[in-house]
Amino acid sequence: MRYESPDSTREAVALMAGAKGYAFLLAGGTDLLVRMRGEFIEPDLVVDIKRIPGFQEIIRKASGFSIGAGVSCAQLGRNKALVKAWPGVVEAAQLIGSDQIQGRCTIAGNLCNASPAADSVPALIAAKAKVVIVGPGGTRRTAVENIVTGPGKTSLGKGEIVKAIVLPDRPAKSGDAYLRFIPRSEMDIAVCSAGVSLTLGTGNVVKQARVALGAVAPTIVLVPKAAQAIVGTRLDDAALKKLAAACEAACSPIDDKRGTVEYRTEVAGVLARRAATIAFERARRKR
Amino acid sequence: MKGIAVSTTVNGDAVEYVCHGRETLLDVLRNHLGLIGAKEGCGTGDCGACSVTLDGELVCSCLVLGAEVEGRTVETVEGLADGDKLHPLQKRFLDGAALQCGICTPGFLIAAKALLDHNNNPSESEIRYALAGNLCRCTGYDKIVRAVSAAAGDMRRQQKAQVKRRATK
Repeated sequence: MRYESPDSTREAVALMAGAKGYAFLLAGGTDLLVRMRGEFIEPDLVVDIKRIPGFQEIIRKASGFSIGAGVSCAQLGRNKALVKAWPGVVEAAQLIGSDQIQGRCTIAGNLCNASPAADSVPALIAAKAKVVIVGPGGTRRTAVENIVTGPGKTSLGKGEIVKAIVLPDRPAKSGDAYLRFIPRSEMDIAVCSAGVSLTLGTGNVVKQARVALGAVAPTIVLVPKAAQAIVGTRLDDAALKKLAAACEAACSPIDDKRGTVEYRTEVAGVLARRAATIAFERARRKR
Repeated sequence: MKGIAVSTTVNGDAVEYVCHGRETLLDVLRNHLGLIGAKEGCGTGDCGACSVTLDGELVCSCLVLGAEVEGRTVETVEGLADGDKLHPLQKRFLDGAALQCGICTPGFLIAAKALLDHNNNPSESEIRYALAGNLCRCTGYDKIVRAVSAAAGDMRRQQKAQVKRRATK
């Protein structure tokens, strides 16, 4: 196996585009190395992106936060401005694994690993985050929800590399939250999960909202009907009931040892209600 | 297969080694550098027996490639004691019998040190969360948690005494 750690995106793209056999990108390695060691994959080439300038930086611009593809989730948690602006995204990212895993794992890797149960992805989709992709054809941007096409599968073309994930700037009275259900308090994979991001208007009426669910379908699902259920309300009981019903209707989960179809479907609605309530309170407290 | 030459710093010493692309930092520490404190338990990042710090960040060395470590700084359990003087964590683990078979202990010590480096007075709950990535099949964790808490107290007292000594100079 060849290991390369290029110091420019151009070189990284050329390596990946020109690779013969199995080529993989290495960010935090917390999924890739497990798959290598379990002999699920046998890479011919591994391209480490962490030495590329800027890939391990969080940059705050007027348009939002740009999070380099090599930024660890521990690093996200230490960035006070990011935690303040996007608490739901950070709490989702920080639910992944132990402190040891946090020291290495990245949200770009969590996305590209394409697990239906990825913790950071529902929060990123709810946040309307964009992905900056560089490839042989130049740079393009797309929404997070356009990346994963099925379990373990992405829409990225040969030679394409996620460079950064961008969280938009948003009005002051906004909040987000992420909740997942696992049968213990740490170190497990989501049975189901929900991410909610919303913005309040005058009189604390929900002006905009996005709701995304994890581990209830082959990919993380954005549920526009759940968002519509709470827009124009102050998140009263009737609105929350409608939100939960819309979430349940969007679920098409599998039955497995971690949860049945019925259980996942019902709990997805419950988590979405609770996450919406937390996001609402966070937005309400802001000025 | 061609080897990859790596220069890095381990426990303050400059080291050089040649590894294969697939070899992990754990393989390198144990098989090339003779540092056998870090253990392989699961090889998948679940048990924490291979914990080390990389540029100050707590990681599982089984999930880091040896080649990635070029120019970085690695700290392992072998660097914890100050010569013959044990680190307060090591002393408390011994005194409190916070180990039985000892396989997990180096990982616990490194993870506990990473916690105490940024939080010198952790609650029991904070200690348990910080050590959630370390598995022990012997002790039931209670003695480990108490040892970490006691070591934190020792370190706070040491710090205080140091400040006092400096002030009276």
